[in-house]
Amino acid sequence: MDEEVIKKFLYVNRKAPYGSIYALESLEVVLIGAAFDQDVSLAFIDDGIYQLKKNQQTSVSSGTGMKDFSKTYRALEGYDVEKLYVDKKSMEERGLSVDDLLVDVEVFDDAQMAELMEQQDVVLSF
Amino acid sequence: MKFGILVNEGPYQHQASDSAYQFTKAALEKGHEIFRVFFYHDGVNNGSRLTVPPQDDRNIVERWSQLGKEHNLDLVLCIAAAQRRGMLDANEAKRHGKDANNIAEGFRISGLGQLIEAGIQSERFVVFGD
Repeated sequence: MDEEVIKKFLYVNRKAPYGSIYALESLEVVLIGAAFDQDVSLAFIDDGIYQLKKNQQTSVSSGTGMKDFSKTYRALEGYDVEKLYVDKKSMEERGLSVDDLLVDVEVFDDAQMAELMEQQDVVLSF
Repeated sequence: MKFGILVNEGPYQHQASDSAYQFTKAALEKGHEIFRVFFYHDGVNNGSRLTVPPQDDRNIVERWSQLGKEHNLDLVLCIAAAQRRGMLDANEAKRHGKDANNIAEGFRISGLGQLIEAGIQSERFVVFGD
């Protein structure tokens, strides 16, 4: 592998966190990918916004028996994954604001989100 | 052009696997290079040797194996996604004390690093999913 190459990777997260496995497995890619020292951004669009919602209670003790992986988003900073973007319309349509989210994000409108995607080398959509 | 391919959905359940196959085949016929096909999420089920589709339908797994053989493709199933879904090669079956393995010919199991590497090494990375 050529370690010199640095590409812009964007992970597009569009699904709610527990109704399907996409969010969890996307996060697993982000964590493994961090070891490759690429230029990584994450976008949260549509129900993907819910992945970042504060106060998730999904653990075994609270009933669903699913692993609460929401805390992992707060750990991303430690992996040098710091560019998190949230789609403004998706957030507002769901009655949420940045105060409801677990991590610091930048809020992008459609045009900004389109520009972000345009800038990427690799877009992984989950 | 050097392509990387990601397949995120299982066979028969979703069009993604068929589209990925058709795209990969067409690209190869046009003389392009496929760096790797990586199977993730339920996409790992595309590599099950035990799949038995009805005879009057396409055999998605065999089709991938065949294309892989013809073009020496690197068909990689994500190990974490595969283990969750009961997809094991002989080594993994032994390591986890399971009594069977089910990986089809031409596929191999490896880590997510192979997905990132495909993104880095390919000129175009194409995702087939829901």
